[in-house]
Amino acid sequence: MKRFFHNELDTLRSHLMLMGEKANDAVNKSIKGLTEKDIDLVNNVIASDEDIDALEVEIDYEATRYLTLRAPVASDLRLMTVAIKASHDLERVGDEARNIAKRARKIILKQAGYSEFQTIPDMAIMAQDMLRDALQSFLHEESERAYQVMEKDEEVDQLNKANIKAFIRMAKDDPDLINRFLDLIFISKSLERIADHATNLAEEVIFLTTATETRHKAALEPKKESRESE
Amino acid sequence: MNESTQAETAAGPGTLEAKSSEYIQIRDFSFFYGDKQALYDLDFNIPEQRVTAFIGPSGCGKSTLLRSINRMNDLIDGAHHQGDILVNGNSVFDPLTEVISLRKRVGMVFQKSNPFPKSIYENVIYGLRVSGRKRKSELDQVVAESLQGAALWDEVKDRLHESALGLSGGQMQRLCIARAIANKPEVILMDEPCSALDPIATGKIEELIHELKDQFTIVIVTHNMQQAARVSDFTAFFYLGKLIEYASTEDIFFNPKERQTEAYITGRFG
Ligand SMILES: Nc1ncnc2c1ncn2[C@@H]1O[C@H](COP(=O)(O)OP(=O)(O)OP(=O)(O)O)[C@@H](O)[C@H]1O
Ligand SMILES: [Mg+2]
Repeated sequence: MKRFFHNELDTLRSHLMLMGEKANDAVNKSIKGLTEKDIDLVNNVIASDEDIDALEVEIDYEATRYLTLRAPVASDLRLMTVAIKASHDLERVGDEARNIAKRARKIILKQAGYSEFQTIPDMAIMAQDMLRDALQSFLHEESERAYQVMEKDEEVDQLNKANIKAFIRMAKDDPDLINRFLDLIFISKSLERIADHATNLAEEVIFLTTATETRHKAALEPKKESRESE
Repeated sequence: MNESTQAETAAGPGTLEAKSSEYIQIRDFSFFYGDKQALYDLDFNIPEQRVTAFIGPSGCGKSTLLRSINRMNDLIDGAHHQGDILVNGNSVFDPLTEVISLRKRVGMVFQKSNPFPKSIYENVIYGLRVSGRKRKSELDQVVAESLQGAALWDEVKDRLHESALGLSGGQMQRLCIARAIANKPEVILMDEPCSALDPIATGKIEELIHELKDQFTIVIVTHNMQQAARVSDFTAFFYLGKLIEYASTEDIFFNPKERQTEAYITGRFG
């Protein structure tokens, strides 16, 4: 039997998906703006961050209201704690996209022909894939897919480290462009943070679907410990 | 439900470790009203000095099982059972078990409080009178202790000899708990003890249950999921006379293993 208030859970889920899509879109546009030197795109990212922030407030309100009035238990309850955390992670993704966009704007406005981005475009693709997969695993309640997201995080970290090294070396070779390289280092770091938030989302999905805690140390041995397997 | 699952859940977090994890043993227990089977092969243990909640949809057999533990079903025509129920190691169906003394060891509080049309005082010591105890000082002491234990003393200490029927519903329910406590039982069975009470009286009974479990083993039937979550240490979910899931209350309400349990506690059943 579906009760009247269970619709509120559907609304909450669809708001989370909407927020996830907006955050992912912002990441996509910020990097595309950088690589294609499209000033309108990056301005668009900076302007639309407000929408993402507003969704975080909306989702937190809906979850708190449901907790207060519906006294959820089991997976309904886990959805509430996950919604509050996931909306925070997505809000941070939006902020990182905006940070990327701001630095991309500086780079574009300097009009320099320089276009050595190292692996930033690859990192961006990976981070967005992780984000998209985390959202899909949430939508379809697929913990398997969420575990796969977690496994990719290390790779993005490595790319980021390599980028930072490369940009520092390039800055030494070409000190006049130091600001440019600093911006690129920050952009790389932002992408690494976005992948971290996607990883958090994946952990939240696993918690939602299986009640298994995978954060921190537990993340090193995925799937081994699970309340299901007693 | 197999033995190992039961043992694992009962071991659980430290606070849940009971003195005896099998104070009440329900062994392959089936119950019939004439031809109609109401309970099917129940086999699980209820731990000592813990609160165990029975939940499940109306008609699933919660009251039937509860009443079997102190043989309140004995008088029903055509009722019979298979299997056994042991309280503290003794079969309640043993021919040597006297029903009167069993009901003292295993007290019961009903949904509708049922004080006798006598004074508050006489209601509390009813069981002692039946067993012939007469010394006034002793009875006075039991009345005071039991009413204090049932968190009713302050409200009634100046009107002990007035009729119990003049009490409010919540007070009557606590009087019935005092009457059960007066017999110094091992087990207290409660069948929807708060269903007719307001939130304040319900809160008082719940606080009482929480305190009483230091001394008694408590089994409570409730239709209020939040109440089961608040007061019980273990929860058993029944459906159509069968035990579907039995685990620590935390596990049942946080991450139930059976889909039917989840559907029931989240209000999606039926
Ligand atoms: N005295 C009786 N004679 C015949 N059948 C009975 C009797 N008492 C109960 N039953 C049947 O046994 C089944 C279990 O009833 P029981 O009262 O134990 O359910 P319950 O879980 O306590 O329900 P509720 O939540 O409504 O109190 C039901 O199908 C009921 O109709
Ligand atoms: Mg009943």
